[in-house]
Amino acid sequence: MGTLVRMADQARFAELAMPYMSPLYSAALRMTRNPSDAEDLVQETYLRAYRGFGGFKDGTNLKAWLYKILTNTFINSYRAKKRRPDEVDLDDTEDFYLFRRLGGLEAAEAGRTPETEVLDSIPDEVVKEALEVLPEQFRMAVLLADVEGFSYKEIAEIMDVPIGTVMSRLHRGRKQLQQRLWEFGRERGLIPTVPVPAPAPEAAGQAGG
Amino acid sequence: MDCDKASYRVYRYLDGQLTVWRRWTIRRHLDRCPPCAQGFDFEIELRQVLSMKCRDEVPPELQRRIAEALGEPLPPD
Repeated sequence: MGTLVRMADQARFAELAMPYMSPLYSAALRMTRNPSDAEDLVQETYLRAYRGFGGFKDGTNLKAWLYKILTNTFINSYRAKKRRPDEVDLDDTEDFYLFRRLGGLEAAEAGRTPETEVLDSIPDEVVKEALEVLPEQFRMAVLLADVEGFSYKEIAEIMDVPIGTVMSRLHRGRKQLQQRLWEFGRERGLIPTVPVPAPAPEAAGQAGG
Repeated sequence: MDCDKASYRVYRYLDGQLTVWRRWTIRRHLDRCPPCAQGFDFEIELRQVLSMKCRDEVPPELQRRIAEALGEPLPPD
């Protein structure tokens, strides 16, 4: 009897959890920055989830549960394996960092490319790299929120930190991502290198003081 | 609501984390301020681009490995 229940659980687990493999693998790649580690991480995550599936409660969020296992497995097993790359915490930047710079370009150019078209033209690999170079905690927050669409509350549970911490990591992570996209885009000639007006700090201060 | 306050709250606005009142005041500001409205639209677009471009194909070998692992009887615990 017990065996029958377990077999039913196994079949159900496979049915429910397999569709998440693709997003989990993408997330694992962003975390480990290495395809072979990412594969191992995803496999380990599925095995752990499979073994723990008895404790998973129906009606709760399976996707968030899988991401929590992925995150914990990464932190416990993979992160320690490698020396952590330099994590440079950039200075805080003004709001609309990238938009303002692209807007500056647009004004300087005859061919008026809308900012969003420049954004769309940035190759996938460059966007992935801009995310991957962010300090780990910022990277995880941005990945979970903006790529995977988790709420603050879900991210707080996945990362096991207070919601306020999620918000501050997201805020800084999103700004740094914009700085990286700008840098990489210019370095690789994806964004035309016409003279850019100096960022106008007074623009933010004008209205509110 | 002014540009400074609106842009300061852009993420919480897009994340749906503001009260109805705050949302309304921002909405009202955006209706009157095209530069801020464009900035907000850009942030929305950036998020979509990020979500679309950070996708990777699962190697078939990994899929096979996992399906195989899940098909096997559970190890005794």
